[in-house]
Amino acid sequence: MSALITLLRRELALAWGKGGGPLVALAFYTSVATLLPLAAGAAPQRLAAVAPGSAWLALALSSLLSLERLFERDYEDGALDLLSLGPLPLEAVSAVKCLAQWISTGLPLAALTPIAAIALGADPRLIPLTLAAALLGGLGFSFVGGIGAALSLGSRRGGVLVAVIVLPLFAPPVIFGAGAIEALADGLNWTPGFLFLGGYCLAAMALGPFAMAAACRNALS
Amino acid sequence: MITFLANPQRFMDLSRWLAPSLGVLAVVLACVGLGMGLNAPPDYQQGATVLIMFVHVPAAWLGMFAYACLAGSAFFGLVFRHSLADAAARAAAPLGAGFALLALVTGSLWGRPMWGAWWVWDARLTSELILFLFYVGYLALQAAIDDEAKADRAASILALVGAVNLPIVHYSVVWWNSLHQGESIFVKGGPLLSAVYLWPLALMALAYTFGFGALWLTRIRAEVWRRRAGALAVQAAR
Amino acid sequence: MVISKVRIEDFALSRGDRLLFQGFNLELRAGRATALRGRNGAGKTSLLRAVAGLIRPRAGLVTFEGSDGLIEAEEARAAGLHLMGHQDGLKPGRLAREEFAFQARWCGGDEAGIARATLALDLGRIGELEVRKLSAGQRRRLALGRLIAAPRSLWLLDEPFAPLDADHRARFGALMSEHLAAGGLILAAVHDPLPIEADSVEIEP
Repeated sequence: MSALITLLRRELALAWGKGGGPLVALAFYTSVATLLPLAAGAAPQRLAAVAPGSAWLALALSSLLSLERLFERDYEDGALDLLSLGPLPLEAVSAVKCLAQWISTGLPLAALTPIAAIALGADPRLIPLTLAAALLGGLGFSFVGGIGAALSLGSRRGGVLVAVIVLPLFAPPVIFGAGAIEALADGLNWTPGFLFLGGYCLAAMALGPFAMAAACRNALS
Repeated sequence: MITFLANPQRFMDLSRWLAPSLGVLAVVLACVGLGMGLNAPPDYQQGATVLIMFVHVPAAWLGMFAYACLAGSAFFGLVFRHSLADAAARAAAPLGAGFALLALVTGSLWGRPMWGAWWVWDARLTSELILFLFYVGYLALQAAIDDEAKADRAASILALVGAVNLPIVHYSVVWWNSLHQGESIFVKGGPLLSAVYLWPLALMALAYTFGFGALWLTRIRAEVWRRRAGALAVQAAR
Repeated sequence: MVISKVRIEDFALSRGDRLLFQGFNLELRAGRATALRGRNGAGKTSLLRAVAGLIRPRAGLVTFEGSDGLIEAEEARAAGLHLMGHQDGLKPGRLAREEFAFQARWCGGDEAGIARATLALDLGRIGELEVRKLSAGQRRRLALGRLIAAPRSLWLLDEPFAPLDADHRARFGALMSEHLAAGGLILAAVHDPLPIEADSVEIEP
């Protein structure tokens, strides 16, 4: 347990350290949210119709940003060797890394999502659900994204490759999260979508670490 | 049977005659199926374009079947570390991607005369598109890692992750579609289709499957030879 | 857990398509150091990583034995050995003492061990510097710190002395002797002679 805490604290310190930490992801998110009305036209009804979904999509894309650093740095400087020879199995190490990524980047992004949705014209009563879904979805994006990050260790074209691998895997949480928010916006039942999102994220947290650890072991060999 | 085939020499011996046989069977069945389809009366609603169904639907099925073969090979490759399984996975991926792409293109062509749109975001087509993207991700990952053995293992892990995700993706797309529309626009093969279409469709599906089998076996053979040639080249260079 | 013997039997390793070596046998015993020699590219680093379990051998077996008999390889690797490779895994933006503390704790070291290592390897002076400001020799000493702070039986060292000056080389030699005297095992890949008495084994293709 103490090893888990030690690793978590370190991963958080590294994430918040030099290099801007979550600020880069937040800036990216803001840029995407800004480009949307520029691209789609500022007509309020049109924007408002896509506002929740767009905010959600921007969240998914922004989650991709910090993924590359999740394992790549440790792989390149030899820290991954050390992490694989320690008290925790690589599965737990992967889970802690994804969790730290969610805490350092996912939480701020989740806070920004409802704000962006409102800015794009969504109804303010959607805020609680959007926030809850963004928090939950962010976890799912971190763990699924981690699989992509681990698989592309040692490859050329790191960042884009991670996106190509991971974005199709993001389809279910994108559908469920945006679907729940839009259901609420339309006055329908939002619980099924939200529960499916929760289920997906729990599954990602439970199974993702196994894939990540297998991918790391493959890269180290 | 798997252990029987796992011996590379036995596999090569078996596939030497099996691959062309399946190929011939596939061509024959396709001719018969297409012939039956062309002779069937045109659908009152869709006209002659319903015939695209005979190319599109089996392609869609094969896109999924090939992924199952890919995932199965990947599983054997990961668990048993058998190079033949890795070769089989590598060989299946482009074929599956090709079938998925064919399904997407023919799906679009089918849709155009019916709804006037080159593409509709209906459940089936969207699922098929995401399946195609899974293939693309697999191929991209494999191509991006230089060490072949590592590339195979990484890609195999991705194939299994994809296999677990595919039912979830399919369900989520169906759910998403049901939020905005009624049922799927595509009439699925089944009791809804009259028998006159059912038979040619079944024959075409069989033809596609045998065709996939022939192509897959041939590609695995080519892969085995490529690896042998590579090993010999490394040996000779010492 | 204490490892008293390591047996490497009929080992064959390949990197990619290239077979590095085969039929390699070696026995490591408590209190003995072994120097691993061979040309560049012969497979010294790969052998060390394979013993640590990071690389799967083409053929052969590594067995770990303790006082009570055989030790499960997984356990031995998680808690019984240190692998010091070419890279040290230290993060450039962090303080030296923070990085050292993490590595030591991760390997099971405690405050007392950290203090001991700080003294033995002269790490006190560089503690408050950022890792990226350290010289190669200072980084190597920092990385070696976890060997002293977190005692584990088997030391797998890959050219440990390369960036160290003669003085620190000698000091580390003394630490190696202490480790052996306490029943430890050392397998070190080196080009030059070790500063302590050691068996020598050569990797040939």
